[in-house]
Amino acid sequence: MEFTEESVRAAVRTWLEANWNPDYGLVEWRNKLIDSGWGVPHWPSRWYGQDMPTGLLPVIDEEFQRIGAVGVATAGIRRLAAATILEHGTDLQKEKFLRRSLTGEDTWCQLFSEPGSGSDVAAATTRADFKGNRWVINGQKVWTSSAHHADWGLLLARTDWDAPKHKGLSYFIMDMRQPAVQVHQIRQMNGHASFNQVFITDAEIPPEHLVSEVGKGWAVTTTTLMHERRSADGLRNDSTGYDRPGRCYAEERTEIATVQEPYKWYPQRRGRVDLVIQRAKETGKIDDPVVRQEIAKLMILSKTAEWTARRARVAQAAGKPPGPEGSLGKLVLSHVARAAARVHTQLSGADALLAGEDGPMEGVIAEVLVSVPAISLAGGTDEIQRNIISERVLGMPKEPNSDATKPFRDVPRSASR
Amino acid sequence: MKFGFSGEQEEFRTVLRRFLTDRSPTTEVRKLMESPDGWDRAGWRALNTELGLTAVHVPEAHGGQGFGYSELGIVLEEAGRALLCAPLLATALAASAIMNAGTEDEQAALLPGIAAGDTVATLAVAEDGGGWDAADVSLTATRSGDGWRLDGGKSYVLDGATADLIVVLARGPQGLSFFTVAGNAPGLARRALKTIDTTRRLARLTFAGVAATPLGTPGSAAEPFARTMLQAAAMLANEMVGGAERLREDSLAYAKMRYQFGRPIASFQSLKHKAADMLVGVELAKAAAYYAAAALDEGDDDLAMVCHLAKASASEAYLQTAIHAVQIHGGIGFTWDNDTQLWFKRAKGSEVLFGDAHAHRDAMMRNWAA
Repeated sequence: MEFTEESVRAAVRTWLEANWNPDYGLVEWRNKLIDSGWGVPHWPSRWYGQDMPTGLLPVIDEEFQRIGAVGVATAGIRRLAAATILEHGTDLQKEKFLRRSLTGEDTWCQLFSEPGSGSDVAAATTRADFKGNRWVINGQKVWTSSAHHADWGLLLARTDWDAPKHKGLSYFIMDMRQPAVQVHQIRQMNGHASFNQVFITDAEIPPEHLVSEVGKGWAVTTTTLMHERRSADGLRNDSTGYDRPGRCYAEERTEIATVQEPYKWYPQRRGRVDLVIQRAKETGKIDDPVVRQEIAKLMILSKTAEWTARRARVAQAAGKPPGPEGSLGKLVLSHVARAAARVHTQLSGADALLAGEDGPMEGVIAEVLVSVPAISLAGGTDEIQRNIISERVLGMPKEPNSDATKPFRDVPRSASR
Repeated sequence: MKFGFSGEQEEFRTVLRRFLTDRSPTTEVRKLMESPDGWDRAGWRALNTELGLTAVHVPEAHGGQGFGYSELGIVLEEAGRALLCAPLLATALAASAIMNAGTEDEQAALLPGIAAGDTVATLAVAEDGGGWDAADVSLTATRSGDGWRLDGGKSYVLDGATADLIVVLARGPQGLSFFTVAGNAPGLARRALKTIDTTRRLARLTFAGVAATPLGTPGSAAEPFARTMLQAAAMLANEMVGGAERLREDSLAYAKMRYQFGRPIASFQSLKHKAADMLVGVELAKAAAYYAAAALDEGDDDLAMVCHLAKASASEAYLQTAIHAVQIHGGIGFTWDNDTQLWFKRAKGSEVLFGDAHAHRDAMMRNWAA
C-alpha cells in the first residue's frame, strides 16, 4: 500500500473522530487502538501495525494531539521491551507480551548493569544454568529503574563461561513476581532513591522465555540499548489530557505518575538553567561583572546545546545521514549542568551552604548542587561518550582490549567484596 | 527558525569548497600573506566574478543576488576554511553598512560596483582605542560649504590600505553619522599595520580635512551602525567556524597518520577525548553561527543576544581548537612550515576583531538587564 502524508493524515483523523472518547477505560481504549492498526502503525501488519514508514509517525502524532487522543503505553521501559521482543522474540513471546505492553497492563524493567559491570555491560556475571527443564538464575543487578513495580524483567545473563565475553551471554524474560527475586532501593547522594538493586537467588525461567538463541544475548541487548538511546531524546512523559476530565486521561495520569515518582529530581540534575536569570535578578548578582561573565558562558553552552539538538532533529527528519551533531547531546548536557551548578553557587553565596527549607528556593538549589554529578554518569559516563564520539564519529582506533577473545572465566575482574 | 540547510544551499557550499580548494591552497595563502597588499587584485577579481561572492547578500535591484545572511554565512565559512586571502569580509561588511544606512539612491550608486566586484570596500569604525562601540568614536565630521570634511583617525580597518571605498563612522554636529570616502581621497593617509595574522590586513587611517559624502541622513547612524555590528559579529562567527572545522579535521587526520610507541597517536585515549571535546566545541559554535545568520534573515526577538552569543562562542571555540591543533601536531605544529600556524594566527586575530569573547558576553547579558 502506498502511504502519503495526506492519505495517512486523512485516514487517522477519520478513524479518531469516529472512535476516540475520553470516557473509555485506558486498557479498553488501547485495545481498540491496537486492533485498528493506529497504535503502532510502523509495526508489521502481522503485529498490530500497518508497515508504515517511521517518517510518517509525526503526522499521526499531530492528529492524536489535535483531537487529544491517548496513545499506546510508552511510560517506563515498556516500549524498549516491546521493540526488542518484536525484533528478536518468538511468535509465542509476541503473542504473550506485545499487546499487554502496549496497553500498559504489563510493566517492565531492564536487568543489565551489575555491581561489577557498569560501563562494561557485557562483562555480566549473573549466571543462568539450565537444570532439569528450566533456567535457574543467580546474581545481582543494579541501577534498575521500576524494578519495584515491574511484572517482567529483561535479563542479561551468562550461560557459557568458556566462551569469550560477548559470546557467552543470553537474553531472557524473567518473571519479577517470584520470591527468588528481591528488590531493594538504592539511596543516592542527593537523598532520593530512584533505582534498585535486584538480588536473584535460584530464580526460575521457563525455556520459552529465552529471547533469540543461547549465546546470542549481546545482539539482543544491543537492540534494547539502541532503542533506549533513540528514545531518550523524544520520550514523551507528559500526559495527553493534562487536567482534562475523562476516565482515560485520569488512568493515563496515574500510569505516568507511578513511573515518574522516583525521578522528581531529574530537572535538578540538568542544572536548572531556567532559574538562573530569575535568581541573578533576585540576588542582585546580575550586576556583578564577574558573575555576568559566568552566566553568559552558561547561556552560550545551554543555547548552543539546544540549537545543536534541533539541527540533529531537523537532519534526521529530512532523512539525512546522521551527522556529528546527533552524537554530542549527552556529553554537552553534562557541560551545561556543571556550568549551571557553578553559577547557582555564585548566585547563592553563603546560602549555597544550606539545604531544605533553609536553602534557596526551598532547597531546590541545594538539590541542583548535589544532583548534577549524576548527569555525567547515568546512561553512559562522559568518558564512555567521548570514546563513542571519537571511535564512531571521528573514526579513531578502538580502545585496545584484553578480554574480547579469551574465555570469560580467565578475564580479570574487580575483587569481589 | 530554520535549523538546516536546503539542498540548494548544500550544493552552493559544495561548489564553493571545490573552487576554494583549487584557488586557495596553502601555497597560495603563503604567497599572498608575504605580498605587500596581502591579496591579489586580479586573482580576487577573477574568483569574485565567477562566484559572485560580494553579490550574495546585495539586493537584486542593486546588481546583487538577493540572498541573505545564511548564504553569505556559507561563503564566509568556506572562505575561513580555505583561509582565503581576499577583502571579502571587508567588502561584505561595507555593503551591509550601506544597505543599513544608505538611501535608495545611495545604495543604487554604491552597491552595483561592490556586487560586480569592481569596488573593494571596507568599514572604518574603531580608532586608536580599539573599541567597536559608538561611544568610542571621536573622528569628527564638519560642514564645509556644500559638503562635509572628516578629521581624525581610524584604526584596525580591514584592508584599509587597499580598499577603493571606505565607509566611515564619524561624530558630526547632529551626532553619529556614516560617510563614504574614496580610498585615494586627498588628505587621507593610510598606513598598513603589522599584524599577527598576515592573511588578514589591517590599516590605520588619518583624516586631515578629507572631503566626504554622507551615507544616510547625518546624525541618524546610531541604529544602522548597531545593526551593522550585529551583522559583523554573525559574519565573522561564520567565517571562524569554517576555519575551526578545518583545523579540527586536519589535526584528526594527522593524529591518525602519526605513529609513536608503535601505534597511531589517535589510539591514545588522551587524544581521543581531546578530539571529542574539539568536535563538541566546534559543533556548538557552528550551531550558534548558523542560528545568528538565520536570525538576521528571519528576524528574532533576541537578535542582539544571538549575534553576540555567536561571536563569543566562535572566539572561544576557534582559539581553543587552534591550541589543541598545535598540541596534537607536537613540535612540528610549532614550526613556520607547518600550516597549523596559519589558522592559529587567524584564530587569534578573529578572537579579538570586533570585540573579544568577554566583550560580547557582556553585551549579550544586556538582553537580561535587571
